[in-house]
Amino acid sequence: MDIFEIAKQVEGSVICQGNNSEISVNRAFASDLMSDVLTLSTDSLLLITGLANMQTIRTAEMADIKNILFVRNKKPTTEMLAIARQEGINIITCSKSMFAACSILHGAGIKPVY
Amino acid sequence: MELEYSIEGGDFSKAGLASSEVKKILKQVNIKPEIIKRIAVAMYEAEVNVVAHAYQGKMLVNIDPSKVYIRFEDEGPGIENIDQAMQEGFSTASEAVRQMGFGAGMGLPNMKKNVDEFFVGSVVGKGTTVELTTYIK
Repeated sequence: MDIFEIAKQVEGSVICQGNNSEISVNRAFASDLMSDVLTLSTDSLLLITGLANMQTIRTAEMADIKNILFVRNKKPTTEMLAIARQEGINIITCSKSMFAACSILHGAGIKPVY
Repeated sequence: MELEYSIEGGDFSKAGLASSEVKKILKQVNIKPEIIKRIAVAMYEAEVNVVAHAYQGKMLVNIDPSKVYIRFEDEGPGIENIDQAMQEGFSTASEAVRQMGFGAGMGLPNMKKNVDEFFVGSVVGKGTTVELTTYIK
């Protein structure tokens, strides 16, 4: 599923398109704990999180995660968006809770990492 | 190739900046992406640890045709019990560190998992040294 379909499903918006070639994901991982995100080795992953700080973007950069969905109406800062664009990371935001976003996307066919 | 970066303790706005720069250099020297990802995760965990626990530190990187060697040296409280610190889930991180998404006690074990050779040494009251070695051929 591509980021535009994901945004549509969760009634959110694509607010940063840093990467045009890796806009599709098969699996997602939801966490506010970046330590757990850094233990994953899955490719083509959507990170679903409510943690909107610079470490979220750095974690995605280090772990080669190209797509992030911020839930609970969390908004990345201008500085975060600049780094995301520079590092080729796409960002979607929505006002759904993490549970609601996960439920909708799982129902739409996105699989869990484990 | 030798590189050196300073890391400031407590400054989470810059945590990951050194790792980001090194990751870009690793891409330029044509190391396989899957190896770069493992090195990036390990060095970023180590850099975050310096920011989270130490007063200041440095990251020294040595890249040669056979391996990438990264050493972190910090001035800080040190680690009292390294065996305990290596256990998944053990953490002494502050609430501020946890709010940044870290401090779950996964850092040192995750570094070890992602590199070929791992060393951590510490002197309580002085600081900690972490060495990460990855063979690229």
